[in-house]
Amino acid sequence: MSTAPQSNSQSVNPYSSQDAAERAELSQIDASIRSSALFFTVSAIFWLLAGTVFALIAAYKAHEPSFMGDSALTTFGRMRSAHLNAMALGWGNNIIFAVGLWIMARLCRSPIRHGGMLTIAGIFWNLGLTLGIAGIIKGDITSVEWLEIPHYATPLLAISYALIGVWGIVAFKFRKGEHVYVSQWYILAALFWFPWLYVIAQIMIIWFPARGVVQSVTNWWFAHNVLGLWLTPMALATAYYLIPKVLGRPIYSYYLSVLGFWALAIFYNWAGVHHLIGGPIPVWLISAGIVASVMMVIPVIVVGLNHHMSVVGLHKEVWRSPTLRFTVFGAISYTLVSLIGSAMAVRTVNEVTHFTHFTVGHAHHGVYAFFSMIMFGGVYYMMPRLLKREWPSATLIKLHFWGSAIGITVMVVALQIGGWIQGVEMNNSEIPFLEIVQNTMPWLKARTVSGVFLTVAHIAFAVNFFWMLFAAGAIRAKQGPTLLDSTSEEGAA
Amino acid sequence: MKNLPLLFCGIFFALAFSFTGLVLSSNIQIGSLTQTTETEDENGNPMEGETLYPLMASGLAQQGKQVYIEMGCIYCHTQQVRRDGFGGDTGRNWGPRQTVARDYITQDRVLLGTMRTGPDLMHVGGRPLNADWHHLHLYNPQITSPGSNMAPFPFLYETRKIEGAPAANALKFPPNSEFSPEAGYEVVPTRRAEALVEYMLSLKLDYSLPEAQIVE
Repeated sequence: MSTAPQSNSQSVNPYSSQDAAERAELSQIDASIRSSALFFTVSAIFWLLAGTVFALIAAYKAHEPSFMGDSALTTFGRMRSAHLNAMALGWGNNIIFAVGLWIMARLCRSPIRHGGMLTIAGIFWNLGLTLGIAGIIKGDITSVEWLEIPHYATPLLAISYALIGVWGIVAFKFRKGEHVYVSQWYILAALFWFPWLYVIAQIMIIWFPARGVVQSVTNWWFAHNVLGLWLTPMALATAYYLIPKVLGRPIYSYYLSVLGFWALAIFYNWAGVHHLIGGPIPVWLISAGIVASVMMVIPVIVVGLNHHMSVVGLHKEVWRSPTLRFTVFGAISYTLVSLIGSAMAVRTVNEVTHFTHFTVGHAHHGVYAFFSMIMFGGVYYMMPRLLKREWPSATLIKLHFWGSAIGITVMVVALQIGGWIQGVEMNNSEIPFLEIVQNTMPWLKARTVSGVFLTVAHIAFAVNFFWMLFAAGAIRAKQGPTLLDSTSEEGAA
Repeated sequence: MKNLPLLFCGIFFALAFSFTGLVLSSNIQIGSLTQTTETEDENGNPMEGETLYPLMASGLAQQGKQVYIEMGCIYCHTQQVRRDGFGGDTGRNWGPRQTVARDYITQDRVLLGTMRTGPDLMHVGGRPLNADWHHLHLYNPQITSPGSNMAPFPFLYETRKIEGAPAANALKFPPNSEFSPEAGYEVVPTRRAEALVEYMLSLKLDYSLPEAQIVE
């Protein structure tokens, strides 16, 4: 492969760095984290598939309640909670541990020392999670949103998290070079924020319950920050890393990235109380949450602008690169979902959307269309570098992309239209409740259909992944990166 | 960014700020609320000799709440009433007044909820629905509420052969119901179903608080 890429389309080549010494150093870092990153990615994909099964059952039950209705194990409340925890802590955290720590090690130019320990901590994380989700299904669910895992599994999760997260901080401590890139701030901050949130929420809600609705405030401070201070910074860090890497040109503005980071750090963590608008807590708390939610427009616009200006003019490259096709889809979704989220925090809008499927659509918009899509992009970029071989099938990548893109779009649109109608009707007390339930049915069925698209996408992803992992010689010998548009092999720019 | 102490301080204080502002300050403001009477005297103390609200839940209702938690009812039902004029809560008779922080202080686990696939249950015990109705509804919601998408809970009930006289607590199906057991059989609630229904009937917002009066 060319060592001096001239055009941007050539720099889509993963081995694009011009400096041989730098490439050698990166290879060494990749080698140091390979086994643990692979372990986390495999775990993440297993949880993604398990979470998809739980989701399909829950989605189908929402319009066919008698389906699997004879067993307490598969009742709706447990299935949707098993789904949420499998996706958030199984898929989300494992893929963060894989991609996030890998990016951190690379940017710090610091090989992971004793990577075996990291894998062992990861095994405990996944054991704790398996125990926790089995507990949810068995009936030990706590019924505290985002904290459903029973008390006998959470200490194991907290301890193993600490043993995993510390590797990112250690890599940062032993970093080389003076400059610290924006992705490193996001990852460092998130690694520090998540355990704080998790431990406080566990203590104040489960172990030593605070009085009355203080629990609810803590609950939403935690739950919204899992999104805002854990999944979001990790996905943004990944996007900030991948976009310049693949396109071979620096991020548009350093100052915008500083502004985006600090605005997120300051505003996002106050926003969670908007889940309690109209609820039995002091109004000033809710107002603070609404103000912070609306202020989130600043970091969102700033980050959106920065990402957009970094890819502008290179749309063909973005479309050709599996990594960027997913990542840019996620980055665009970030802008959209966040602006909708800010609007939903305004009282007059919230009066309608609160308590409806609109919020469910919004949550998937954030965690799937934004976070997961960027993380898929991260996996597509990371794996060839860890395994030193290419993705076996461009067709499967396309199937994954279109399944995910169509699936999540159908889901968000259906749940938000259906949810809005539901909210408007619920606020009109002339309309009987069962009639409202009936009117949500077509939208809930559309969600199940969207789930089928997502299932196909995830299977395509898993097949391609394991095909690559246990690759036959033909794939090992494959030359050059797997791109998605075969017609523009040379110099589209 | 090269100023790392500043970066660390920023990361720390960003979250410390909201932790203090939201969690600790609400704990100070509403963590010290106590039970009180429906109206207070001019010094803000409870009236002597009157009942203190909110009431403590009975033992069986507490067990029922545990069943409610285990079945994940919270994912479709809220327990909070929004104020008159904000949403349709009072218009739907989900409660005679809005709920306030004090309504929840006797609960070890607060189940406000954020989803209304089904109706709010803060005041379900104050609606004209008796235990028989609740049992039929839990056994299979289609019996009482055709078209509902609520999950059925038949595993909280036992279908058994009638030996001698039918049990007093057997479910009273409507005539010709397609969900009735075969002739000679009856459906009886387990203890968990009895507890859950007791919990449903105990959920009542029929008292005033100094800060939230029921207006007739």
